[in-house]
Parts: sequence; C-alpha cells; structure tokens
Amino acid sequence: MEVLIPIITMGALSFLFSFGLVFAYKKLKVEEDPKIEEVSEMLPQANCGACGYSGCRAFAEAVVRGDAAANGCPVGGEEVANKVAEALGIKAGEVIKKVVRVLCRGTQDAAKNRGVYLGISTCYASHLIGGNKQCSYGCLSYGDCVRVCPFDALYMGEAGLPVVMEEKCTACGKCVDACPRNLLELHPISQEIFVFCHSLDRGPTARKVCKNACIACGICVRACPEAIVLENNLAKILDYKKIDPETIPDIEKCPTGAIGRLRKDDEG
Amino acid sequence: MELLALFISAILVNNFVLYYFLGICPFLGVSKKIDSAFSMGLAVTFVMTITAVFSWLINHLILIPYGLDYLQIVSFILVIASLVQLVEMFIRKISPPLYQALGIYLPLITTNCAIMGLALIAVLNNYSFVETVIFGVGSGLGFTLAIVLMAGIREELDLADVPEPLKGAGIALIVAGIMALAFNGFLGMIK
Repeated sequence: MEVLIPIITMGALSFLFSFGLVFAYKKLKVEEDPKIEEVSEMLPQANCGACGYSGCRAFAEAVVRGDAAANGCPVGGEEVANKVAEALGIKAGEVIKKVVRVLCRGTQDAAKNRGVYLGISTCYASHLIGGNKQCSYGCLSYGDCVRVCPFDALYMGEAGLPVVMEEKCTACGKCVDACPRNLLELHPISQEIFVFCHSLDRGPTARKVCKNACIACGICVRACPEAIVLENNLAKILDYKKIDPETIPDIEKCPTGAIGRLRKDDEG
Repeated sequence: MELLALFISAILVNNFVLYYFLGICPFLGVSKKIDSAFSMGLAVTFVMTITAVFSWLINHLILIPYGLDYLQIVSFILVIASLVQLVEMFIRKISPPLYQALGIYLPLITTNCAIMGLALIAVLNNYSFVETVIFGVGSGLGFTLAIVLMAGIREELDLADVPEPLKGAGIALIVAGIMALAFNGFLGMIK
C-alpha cells in the first residue's frame, strides 16, 4: 500500500497537467500549412543539420516556402527528394537561385564625402554618426558586408562599392542584415534590371550629393508604367516580370544611371 | 516590510543570475538584443511566478501531508515542463516573430536551473505562500533586470574594439563576471 500513494499522486498530477495542456493546445493551436507536416514526415528525422537548416522540421518549412530545393536533404538522397517533390508538385532540383545585389552606385567619384571620418572603420559606426558621405542613404564603403560573408563572396571594389561574386554567393542573407543602410537585397540570379539607389532625397538634393542618385525624374516610369512607379522621390520596380524587354533601352535612358541593367564587370 | 525586503533582495541582492549563477544559458544566449532579452525576461518571470505558486501548493497540500517530500524534484519538474509548454504555445500564437527570436531558448526554460532553483530555495527557506509568490516575482524581475542590462552592454560592445580572441562568448563572460562583482556590492544592503 505504501507504494501506491506516490504512484497515485504523481499519476494524478501528471493527468491533471496534461489535461490542462490539451485544453490549452485546443485554444492556442496555430494553423499552419499542412504540407509542412506532410513533408516533415517524409524526411529521415535525423535532425542532423546537413541541409543547412536547424533540423528536419525547419528544412520542411523552407521547402514548402520555396527557399530550399526538394533535393536539399543529403541524408534522404534521391528517394526522399522525389517523394517531397511529388508531394509539392515541383521538380526535385527546381529552385530559383538567388544572389545578393548591391543597390547603390555611390562610388567614390560619384558620391561626395561629408568630411574626413576618423572613427572606427565599420559601416555601422559611421552610420551611427550620420555616415561619412553626404548622401545619407548610400554605401559607406567600410565593408561590413564583406567581413560578415562566410563564403568570401563579396569584396570591396576599387570604386568603393562591394562587388558580388555570383558563383560563391549562397544567398544566406548575412550581408543583408549587416548593412546598416539596407542596401543589399536578395534577387533571382536572372534579374537584370535594378534601381541602384535608395535615396529618398528630393531630386536637386540627391543630385548634389551623388552623381548617380535617383532624382525621381520619371523617365523610367514613362518607359514602363506597368512595372515601375515613383515612391518617396525614388523609382521602384513593382514587378520585375512585367518589364517588357523592348522597353529596357528606354529605361536605360536614365540621366543618372540609377536604374538599368546590372554592369556584369564591376557589379558581379 | 519584511515582504518588501524579500522582494528587493530577490531582485538585487540574491539575483539569480549574478549571485546564485543560475540560468546562465539564456542569460548568455538571448542577450544580444534588448527587445528579445526583455521578452525572454518576461517569459521567465511568468514561468517563475506560476511555478512558485504551483510548487508551493503541491508541496504543502499534497507532498508534505502524505509524507512524499522525496518527490519534490520530480513534481516540480512536472510543473515547470507543463508551464513552459503553455508559454511556448501562447507566444507562438500571439507573436510568431518573438517565437522565432527566442528560438531554442524558449523550450530550454524547462531545463533552466533558475526555475528549479527557485522552487527548491523557496522550500529550503520554509517560505509561506505569500513569501513564495513575492520571491518568485522578484526573482523573475531580477533575471529580467540582469538580462536586459547584459543585452544593453552587448549592443554597445558591437562598437567596442574587442581583441580578436575575446570576441563573442569570451567578452560576454567577462562582462557577466564584472556585472556579478558589481551586484555583489548590494550584499550589505539586506541581512
């Protein structure tokens, strides 16, 4: 009999708490894509992290989101890849490669300095005191993005702007977070047209501080009104897919070169 | 008056992180940004308070009357694990970004020794019900204070010229040590 008391006590307590949790789960359940669960069950559940995500569940979420390829699980191999691909209705190897793009053309020649900056030579520190350039939106050229890149996919070009090596870039996004001015963005590798400026200054001011700034003249908007708009003194590409290739020459008439094709030789 | 003294001593003098050195894992893990550090502190405070309530009730209404004192640790773990599950579900429901930011450290509150320590220290000191609750809230706030201070310092550390070998965990531990020394200055305040 002595033995029964602790058993009953603990049993009753456990039952009570699990009952509470079940009740709470019913109330607080988060609806999520059922595909995540489906894909998750197909994976080996080794939680080894070889795919680059923190576990099988995280990988399943990434595949369903479209960030990872169906064949991204090296443990499961081809068999799992095909099953996952079938469940999601995509091809096993089909994933759009993204790379990072530096969306600023404020080179040393184009963007004027505000003065001589002698502080800690990181972009973050310079940005805190307003930056070393007159333009308060452009690249600070101290290479925080270059230092943070774990794959050495960025280097500081001679013009004072970071250059991306497409073949090394894995679109991990570390540099995107590192840039205090949010100048780096991940885009599909096939995209060619970008707005290479983040300046929200009005036209005359923007032109005064940087030769290559967007002055919101609207030439690109007139060339392709379906895809490009002006927003806060800055051109913005709403939908890259809607840009008609025939209008590209007109878009590239931009007087400052703030919008246009990527220059493969010095911008990656 | 004694309750107030207990409250303040739980926050400052007997601070869980900086005096007992309990709960170091989330203290170092989630102290990179003030926002998430504060949320973590609140989550721990919540779990600590409720744990204090439940552990006292279980201890005094069930375990002691039936002479089952030896089940204290097991039953406290049961309470803590259930509560953390509850908090996890709750945070996931109301704030997915926060859920992401806290990451693995949220379920790890389960194994956070500060919470277990709280329940056991309360038993050890024979606190009454009210004292236990005050002790729980104070300890939670103490943890929050410590982790937020730490996060504030670590945000500033990003700008400091830290020697290469000490970057990351090294400098964080040194800062934590100096903070602990500073908090020891409160020792004479309450006997």
